[in-house]
Amino acid sequence: MLLPRGIRIALRIATGLTLAFIYLPIALIVLYSFNAAKVATWPIGGLTIDWYLKAVDNAGIRNALIGSLEAAIGATIVALVLGTLIAFAVQRYSFFGRQTLAFVVVLPLALPGIVTGIALNSAFRTLGLDFGLLTIIIGHATFCVVVVFNNVVARLRRTARTAEEASMDLGADTFTTFRRITFPAIRTALLAGALLAFALSFDEIIVTNFTAGTGSQTLPLWIFTNYQRPNNLPLVNVAAVFVLVLSIVPVYLASRLTTDPAATGRT
Amino acid sequence: MADSPMTPRAPATDRLRAIAAALYRHPRAQIGLLLAAPLGWLVVAYLGSLALFLITSFWQVDSFSGALITQPTLKNYVEVATTEVYRTIAARTLLMATLVTLTTILIAFPIAFYMARVASARTRGILVVSILLPLWSGYLVKVYAWRLILSQGGVLNSVLAPLGLSGPGYSDVAVWLVESYLWLPYMIIPIYAGLERIPTSVLEASSDLGGRSWITIRRVILPLALPAVLAGSIFTFSLTLGDYITPTLVSNTRFIGNVVYDFVGVAGNQPLAAAFAMVPVAIMLVYLLIARRLGAFEAL
Repeated sequence: MLLPRGIRIALRIATGLTLAFIYLPIALIVLYSFNAAKVATWPIGGLTIDWYLKAVDNAGIRNALIGSLEAAIGATIVALVLGTLIAFAVQRYSFFGRQTLAFVVVLPLALPGIVTGIALNSAFRTLGLDFGLLTIIIGHATFCVVVVFNNVVARLRRTARTAEEASMDLGADTFTTFRRITFPAIRTALLAGALLAFALSFDEIIVTNFTAGTGSQTLPLWIFTNYQRPNNLPLVNVAAVFVLVLSIVPVYLASRLTTDPAATGRT
Repeated sequence: MADSPMTPRAPATDRLRAIAAALYRHPRAQIGLLLAAPLGWLVVAYLGSLALFLITSFWQVDSFSGALITQPTLKNYVEVATTEVYRTIAARTLLMATLVTLTTILIAFPIAFYMARVASARTRGILVVSILLPLWSGYLVKVYAWRLILSQGGVLNSVLAPLGLSGPGYSDVAVWLVESYLWLPYMIIPIYAGLERIPTSVLEASSDLGGRSWITIRRVILPLALPAVLAGSIFTFSLTLGDYITPTLVSNTRFIGNVVYDFVGVAGNQPLAAAFAMVPVAIMLVYLLIARRLGAFEAL
């Protein structure tokens, strides 16, 4: 679109400022994790990697990290299976309630997280389920399904069915066609969905707070219970960086998997 | 599907093939198999919980023994509706969600416009990824980062001190700032997608008919971008309504989320928590209905 020079320059500046606004706080937390001083004053008091060494040695952080990884992997597996199944059903078949199903899948993201949290909390209590890893996974999977679903549906929509039909015409049965044709076509979408689900689960706190109980820990929960203790401040900073890295790297990888040249070029 | 007699197969393969053939003849069975697990999960684990949550809001906690009384009553709703504090908190939360939504629209529009209509394809790709990364990750970490930034001797106060100013500290303004920061990417992406969908021919037609850039933006682009803005606002609105972490970390003020959280945790009063949590749910349902009428769902 042709725009006067002034507007173009103004837009460029606005874009730069917005990006700075988004990324400066994130950069700052990384910087603080190397802060030699124990308080978060500015300017920082020298650089050190001591807190990282201490964090790795800290049993609380280690347990929380393991808990987070277990929860994220569990939730990702459940989301991967359920999200893919729903995506195939919605994209490939027409049945009663199809639109409703697509809506229900998105609901956990559209409703405030606290609602999902408290609803699951009272359900677990009523069913007499022990709060722990299992309940965390159930909670996380509920909102992770949608990211897998979205990725797979988008890929199925873009993939022509002619290859599958050709495969069937050549005598391959449903399973063989899936293994040899359909699965390779959606493989990267599955991987991207899984990575996003992992990231979403790894830094989740709102629902986790309601589904974790006292026995189990995740890294965000550990941060949430320790951020007010002045002694633990440097360790909280390091834990925050752990969460950041382990959620941002999967998202980056997922974005690399799903951006194909056709999607970024102007059409 | 004709069996090919050429290659001899193991019985297991034959059985698989028989199943495949049977499935092929019965599409309903295919759907059934596909949907059994997900429906079981969504209906039992999720919708079931939501239903129970709704039912719980009509129950009561015996103030003496702490046991649940399952006799249906409207007492919780009456308490939420008539207690001054709860009304104030609900109104405050609604106001905050509105302010945050308006703020994110204002900040998101220029960058989304730049991405969709000015940037080269390469730059656009990089920008989209730079917006998506923080959208998906590090929610708690970002709130915590702002807690450090806004603290007494923190970055903001140190930077503003030479100018004779000081930051908002931990306050309502801080909540507004941090919520706007958190949900900004959720607004940028839909607006960007909406602006990108506007056909170039429409814009050319506007300028051919004499519309200057500004007129084209106001009369053509803004109306066409409205559904996208609404789509983004569903997220910013809903996420602000339900957030209890941000107010806890950067203010001393209580919002709906904080009260609900305390009802569940500290007070152990599930029914009252459920009744109060119905406020954001009701607001969101009304909001979703309006948004759907205005075409926001096509822009999601």
